[in-house]
Amino acid sequence: MKENLIELKNLPLGRTAKVKHLSSIGAARRRLLDLGLINGTVVEAMHKSPSGDPTAYNIRGAVIALRSEEASKILVELN
Amino acid sequence: MGLTNQSTGSSLLGNGTIIDRTSCSGFIIALSGNPNVGKSTVFNSLTGLNQHTGNWPGKTVATCYGKYKYKNKNFILVDIPGTYSLMANSAEEEIARDFVCFENPDATVVVTDATCLERNLNLVLQTLEITGKVVVCVNLIDEAERKKIHIDCKKLSDRLGVPVIATNARSKRGLDELTDAVYNIALGFVRANPLQITYDETIEQAIELIRPAVREVTGGKINDRWVSLRLLDGDASLLESLNKFLGFNIPDNSILRQDLKKARQFLEQNGINADQLRDRIVSRIISISEEICRDAVSFGNKQYNDTDRKIDSILTSKIFGIPVMLALLAVIFWLTIAGANYPSELLANLLFGIEDRLTDIFISLNVPGWIHGVLITGTYRTLAWVVSVMLPPMAIFFPLFTLLEDLGYLPRVAFNLDNFFKKACAHGKQALTMCMGFGCNAAGVIGCRIIDSPRERLIATITNTFVPCNGRFPTLIALSAIFIGGMANGASGSLVSTLSLTAVVLLGITITLVVSKILSKTILKGLPSSFALELPPYRKPQVGRIIVRSILDRTIFVLGRAAAVAAPAGFIIWIMANVRVGGVSILAHTAGFLDPFGKLLGMDGYIILAFILGLPANEIVLPIIIMSYMASGSLIEYSGMEQLRHILVSNGWTPLTGICVMLFSLMHFPCATTLWTIRKETRSMKWTLISFAVPTAAGIIACFIIANAARFLGLA
Repeated sequence: MKENLIELKNLPLGRTAKVKHLSSIGAARRRLLDLGLINGTVVEAMHKSPSGDPTAYNIRGAVIALRSEEASKILVELN
Repeated sequence: MGLTNQSTGSSLLGNGTIIDRTSCSGFIIALSGNPNVGKSTVFNSLTGLNQHTGNWPGKTVATCYGKYKYKNKNFILVDIPGTYSLMANSAEEEIARDFVCFENPDATVVVTDATCLERNLNLVLQTLEITGKVVVCVNLIDEAERKKIHIDCKKLSDRLGVPVIATNARSKRGLDELTDAVYNIALGFVRANPLQITYDETIEQAIELIRPAVREVTGGKINDRWVSLRLLDGDASLLESLNKFLGFNIPDNSILRQDLKKARQFLEQNGINADQLRDRIVSRIISISEEICRDAVSFGNKQYNDTDRKIDSILTSKIFGIPVMLALLAVIFWLTIAGANYPSELLANLLFGIEDRLTDIFISLNVPGWIHGVLITGTYRTLAWVVSVMLPPMAIFFPLFTLLEDLGYLPRVAFNLDNFFKKACAHGKQALTMCMGFGCNAAGVIGCRIIDSPRERLIATITNTFVPCNGRFPTLIALSAIFIGGMANGASGSLVSTLSLTAVVLLGITITLVVSKILSKTILKGLPSSFALELPPYRKPQVGRIIVRSILDRTIFVLGRAAAVAAPAGFIIWIMANVRVGGVSILAHTAGFLDPFGKLLGMDGYIILAFILGLPANEIVLPIIIMSYMASGSLIEYSGMEQLRHILVSNGWTPLTGICVMLFSLMHFPCATTLWTIRKETRSMKWTLISFAVPTAAGIIACFIIANAARFLGLA
């Protein structure tokens, strides 16, 4: 099963995926939870900043930019 | 975000007033909500111009409040910081929670974004856990309708158990219903039956393990179920607040301490550690939000944010993102420079005309010459100078910048630039605090509160002064027009000075990044913290409101401060220039003393003295320079750029002097207001001194290198 999981930062633009595991800790984790990012949340990669990082994601209808460091701690399953 | 009313408005001075329940009769209404939901529009629409700023007891954070009347009752609306949650993850969330929790507002209005209701319900549900006296305001309903999102407020209200009102604060739609609902809740005419969130069995049991002891300690003054849950979650800041506001010292209560230990053990035994507990609490709230929204919200069109995507695909694209940003900046500068000239002359004619009348009156009254000198040639003329040079650029720059802010563009700037800040080990939101610095560095420093990590907040605070504030723009504009634009002619001159001003700002940004990096590697070591930035939907700006608010809140305020400083400065300089010791004025003595140092940096003693005397406000640096050059020690009447150029050049200025003054203006100690704000925000003398020293050192180094390199190469 684990093979289907990729890091959110590797999610191709325009694709959606479902959050499967959140490995961030402390304040970063709480921030993501506040934004509604929990197991099962559907996330879409929308667009990248001019230098390629951060990336904007559609999380529950809001557009949230995450740096690749954060996005690599979120494992998702491609839809 | 950006130059908010709060950040550049009169709130900077609001340090004395306190909302005191006993002295002001009225119902206290808390206004909370996620960031970017139009909370301030609701606030402005309800209170109009009847706004105040002040601190509420116990904390030293300025909170904006305003008053309104409804059905002959007074209401005091308190604007608390916009947050995603009340779980106290940041200083702002703590403030928001403490207000809702401990100030006992008669009602709490939670403003939500109709286009993204599900996420917003998180805050609503968390608020309902604390208090039932809640009114939910579903704002931006027009935008939701345009995006074919239908919200059934009746159903929402049934589920949440509190009134739900759809509004569009910009067009005042729904505001009457909102004030009516608030009235009914605050006066107790409607009893809310708030939704009670239940967690899974294990957590519920753990809550019950400590709840009796919590009830015992708090004596019904606060919702004990909620406090129990927060204690289980290990919310240390709540313990502090309970102690501070209600005098409950929970760690000292041995029964409660034991019960808490037991409850935690119970959770651990059932496989729930601290992180998992938080996850389960949040997940539960989110799943309730999801469920409620499935019921009450329907989407007519799944691709509802297509337009925003298209705009973003240009404004943040690899090819156009940065160039469009620079072009926008340059266009704003160009409009400011080109547009300010003519009104500046008109104002000068008007104000100096008044001076002539005043002089006539003085003469007809036989007032001694020195009194006329001090009051008119010293004080009034300086004031007139500052007003005619500063007012027009501000009255153009502020509304234009507010327009960008209102459109929702500023977060895109932060998004575009974030990678640079990451490489400098700084926070991406620093780009936003820098934008606030364009208006006023003191506002930028206060804005640094949006950065959660203390290390990155300090970096943003110390480097904020590298963004030229509004007080320095006129100096930079004038000098770039004279010494850089002056080399070209006519229309191309204002183009050249626009470009050079843009270059100065870019240099400021570069220096910010370099200094941030150096700070991160030396006295503020550390790695970049987590970063999640919301890019709110683009919104149609309200041009009328922008003009009114940017004139009222920003232009008048900044101008008032400059005038308040310029008038006494004019007074002092006139005296310094006219009191002679050994045949030479005090001004010349001091400037002579500073001259070798000034020369070393490509400037002269008068210029250095002007920067020192300009500590209260940067606006008066150039006027002091001019005044000092006049043999009489008073300003000449301002009649245009050409005259200014003539005075400077005849006092030995070269293009190198102009460039060095511009550099030093960009990089020197922050003004007194900013320093005072830094002291207040960091609560540390050490960091205030560092904020003074770092930019000054940078300016000295830069000017020294430029001046001596130019001399060495024979360019000057």
